[in-house]
Amino acid sequence: MPTGRHRRDVEDLLRESAPRVLAAVVRRFGDFADSEDAVQEAMIDAARQWPVAGIPESPVGWLIAVASRRMTDRIRTDSARRAREERLAVEPKPGPGAEADDTLALIFMCCRPELSPASAIALTLRAVGGLTTAEIAAAFLVPETTMGRRIARAKKTVAEAGEPFGLPAVEERAERLRAALGVLYLIFNEGYAASEGPDLARTELSGEAIRLTRIARLALPEEPEVGGLLALMLLTDARRPARTDGRGELVPLDEQDRSLWDAAAIAEGGRIVAEEIAKGAVGPYQLQAAIALAHDRARRPEDTDWNEILALYGLLEQVAPGPMVALNRAVAAAMAEGPERGLELLAEVEPRLEGHHRVHAVRAHLLELAGDGRAAHAEYSRAAELTASLPEQRYLIHRAARLSPGGA
Amino acid sequence: MKFMLLQYYGGVEGLVPMTEWAPEEAQAHIDFQLDLNAELRERGELVEAQALTAPELAKRVVSDGGAPVVTDGPFPESKELLAGYRMIDVESEERAIEIAARGSAAPGPGGAPIRDRIEVREVMWMSEGG
Repeated sequence: MPTGRHRRDVEDLLRESAPRVLAAVVRRFGDFADSEDAVQEAMIDAARQWPVAGIPESPVGWLIAVASRRMTDRIRTDSARRAREERLAVEPKPGPGAEADDTLALIFMCCRPELSPASAIALTLRAVGGLTTAEIAAAFLVPETTMGRRIARAKKTVAEAGEPFGLPAVEERAERLRAALGVLYLIFNEGYAASEGPDLARTELSGEAIRLTRIARLALPEEPEVGGLLALMLLTDARRPARTDGRGELVPLDEQDRSLWDAAAIAEGGRIVAEEIAKGAVGPYQLQAAIALAHDRARRPEDTDWNEILALYGLLEQVAPGPMVALNRAVAAAMAEGPERGLELLAEVEPRLEGHHRVHAVRAHLLELAGDGRAAHAEYSRAAELTASLPEQRYLIHRAARLSPGGA
Repeated sequence: MKFMLLQYYGGVEGLVPMTEWAPEEAQAHIDFQLDLNAELRERGELVEAQALTAPELAKRVVSDGGAPVVTDGPFPESKELLAGYRMIDVESEERAIEIAARGSAAPGPGGAPIRDRIEVREVMWMSEGG
């Protein structure tokens, strides 16, 4: 009987192999949607056979061979595809591409701008991340059939776009990279933000996003935002062990047990931020990573360099203006220059965020800092009414209750 | 984003109960609901669709920790009882409203849209908000 440990190794190996195998099969057969199915089937075969029969000498070669055989079978049995078979015969065999390039090309393919975020996320996790439809469905708490249909539709969209396999043309590279990084960050957040639900599946999403971003950085060393995003993920993920308590309740940054933070991840994230910023093309991910680093470096909350964070938010507002950035800058200003200054900035941004729970949560926090417990109580309560997040609502109710006239 | 689209018994003022409809009218209504479910599933948007038994079978339970007080339905004081729901996973509130509108216009007697009142409620996230 295969042990759990064995199965785990096989799963990891399969996931790492997935993009290489898929890239090879797409290169050879040209049809992304069918190739993806064939690779998924080959991986399911492997997941069944390898733990029992042992891992083949060349796992990637085995998977490519099995997936290719399935593709050939499909093409043979499907008369409507005869034309493709003929084309295949004359297509030149491309030389071996670097592994990271292949993975990156697949990420671009799965993050096409026509796809909704939810579809791009699901397709990326399956085609590039090598997760099964069942695993993705479990992570997003939807039935497997629904997730299967979502992925199938996404693949159809990619196929209809008809883009040849490879990196996008130079003139649209920046735009496509922004979209791809956006999807990777969403995958990370889906995994990071969860404090309930199938924890394991969720944690794996963050790990998956980090792994893929790492590979993308290898393929695009000249793009500092890729490293910026990687650093941001690492520096955020470093706090994971401290951000929820034993019952899964959120622990705010200034109350977290910082000895639980992952020092290695912080060190690596810090190194990457420094390297990328030195390249001289600063962007939103690098700045957010620098802000995360400023928090991570503080041994105690009171050691936090709020002046630096305030300055970084000022830069971020120039590079990527938006009401949420302005809101965060108001918090930093309150910490650096006093709650009154923060409340002033908050009043400026409020018209752009009418009715958003974060405005009320921030004002509550600043009012509490300013010593106005009664007003803070009302704002925490209002924020709790407006949020769609259950863990956040519990947190806000808790804060409000602490300040309630009847409370302790 | 996940949403519950909730339907109520008594959601439509003056609508005769389905048991009084012509059989083909009732069939058309049921087909419409099943087709809508199939379409949402095909689009990767359906999480779950359920109908609940009639108010006649409802029970109300109140307990202070001891023996519960159980009341059998239907309850005269409440005209409105949950009849069923769809849980959907969609990109936006706009899309949820679009689907709710489709459900609201389900065919009734004479094939006319019944204008069912659908309540759209976002399901709270288990994750931290943005």
